[in-house]
Amino acid sequence: MSEAPLVEIDAVQFGYGRSPVLKGISMRIPRGKIVAIMGGSGCGKTTLLRLVSGQLKPTAGSVRLAGETVHELDREGLYRLRRRMSMLFQFGALFTDLSVYDNVAFPLREHTELSEEMVRDLVLLKLEAVGLRGAHNLMPSELSGGMARRVALARAVVMDPMLVLYDEPFAGLDPISMSVVGSLIRRLNDALGATSILVTHDVVESMQIVDYLYFVADGRVVGEGTPDEIRASATPVVHQFVHGETDGPVPFHYPAPDYAGDVGLAAAKEPAHA
Amino acid sequence: MLDRVKLALGRLGHNFIDGVWRVGAMTRFFAQVIAASGTSARRFRLVMREVYFTGVLSLIIIVVSGLFVGMVLGLQGFQTLQRYGAQESIGVLVALSLVRELGPVVAALLFASRAGSAITAEIGLMKATEQLTAMDMMAVSPMSRVIAPRFWAGVISMPVLAAIFSAMGIFGGYLVGVVLIGVDNGAFWSQMQAAVDFRYDVLNGVVKSFVFGIAVTVIATFEGFDAPPTAEGVSGATTRTVVSSALTILALDLVLTAFMLRGDA
Repeated sequence: MSEAPLVEIDAVQFGYGRSPVLKGISMRIPRGKIVAIMGGSGCGKTTLLRLVSGQLKPTAGSVRLAGETVHELDREGLYRLRRRMSMLFQFGALFTDLSVYDNVAFPLREHTELSEEMVRDLVLLKLEAVGLRGAHNLMPSELSGGMARRVALARAVVMDPMLVLYDEPFAGLDPISMSVVGSLIRRLNDALGATSILVTHDVVESMQIVDYLYFVADGRVVGEGTPDEIRASATPVVHQFVHGETDGPVPFHYPAPDYAGDVGLAAAKEPAHA
Repeated sequence: MLDRVKLALGRLGHNFIDGVWRVGAMTRFFAQVIAASGTSARRFRLVMREVYFTGVLSLIIIVVSGLFVGMVLGLQGFQTLQRYGAQESIGVLVALSLVRELGPVVAALLFASRAGSAITAEIGLMKATEQLTAMDMMAVSPMSRVIAPRFWAGVISMPVLAAIFSAMGIFGGYLVGVVLIGVDNGAFWSQMQAAVDFRYDVLNGVVKSFVFGIAVTVIATFEGFDAPPTAEGVSGATTRTVVSSALTILALDLVLTAFMLRGDA
């Protein structure tokens, strides 16, 4: 018997103001897997994460997480659900007035009655897992971008969540940090038995660690499959994105009026023709 | 011409609606802060930590300003009072001016500039760097964990700072009046003691500073929480905190003084 997916997104629509961002998206995120949502900047990937975490409510459709319809929950219900999930933000979102140690200890101190000794053991355990036990006394301002991301990762998994949401975990990292963060995401997901949703536009790194991919463009899912299937996809927009081609269905130019007219060349030519 | 008038009226209407919206949103925010204050009461160390940042770190500016304001009051007051041969009343003039008005008002203006702007900038930057969203995602309410402790710290700090301002001002008046000019020491203190009423002067001053404390911290926390998550957004919110706080303090002072004087009569 196949297990029910942890996250079910059904025909979800959402827009900011009058401009629609998601136009009827459906996805299934199976338990224990790492699923990537890929697509160009501004295609609605992060919006999708915010819908899953209940920060936004869909205008149509539904998002179900662990059997509960997220947008129908009241604040208490949402907080109850959020205690079992976590989110890694694009730039870590570490609390700048707390040390590395206190940042990782924060969820434990807020939600559990554990003794300080126990908190210390758990924090050092998670920091050891991301290779930064020795940095526990540092402040976030003393960390590099990659280190901050790893501390945020330790904080995200300190409560052993069932679901971890990653918002652009590779953005702005050097190749070494990127590999480190990528392999940590895979290792921690498997070790904790968690499920991960990865929103990214980094093709190479994410293809190495994810089990399944959804490809979003223009507010719709335009392709899905395993990394090998996506690599071999003939869908033009997926092919262009995966292979980084400048020419394809995704235009280089933002919609604009005629260039010659805009820079005054058309007007200058007119008298010559007259 | 007609278009310009229309445009100006449109802008005026927009600004008016925006102003009314902000007052409404701030009132709602105030109610939310009060509702979220349970955590602050249970974990008072969070409030005490903020008392240090907003109150203790404002001490230098309050002490120095209070001293100078008192000294200036002493000099100006002496010059006027000696025309009527009432220079011994310099203590009364300095104490009443400070305890009733200058203490609460100037301390609140300084508090808004020093601590209010810092609160707004800190909360605004926490929002811009997604720290508040991260907290909310950890099922920890930013209203309980970040806003309420700062609010109560401001409410606690403000009357204490105003009292310290007034005390330093009176000391400044003493230095100028008694030590520098040579007004009789006994007359300075005894006249002050006789003229300053605890109920109508001191307590009313405390009530004023308490109200100003609420106003400044609500404005500061609201502006930070409502700031657009950009550099311009945070900078604009910080400026709005100082300007709105100053105007609110002066307007509230007029209203409170009117009520208090009626009670005095």
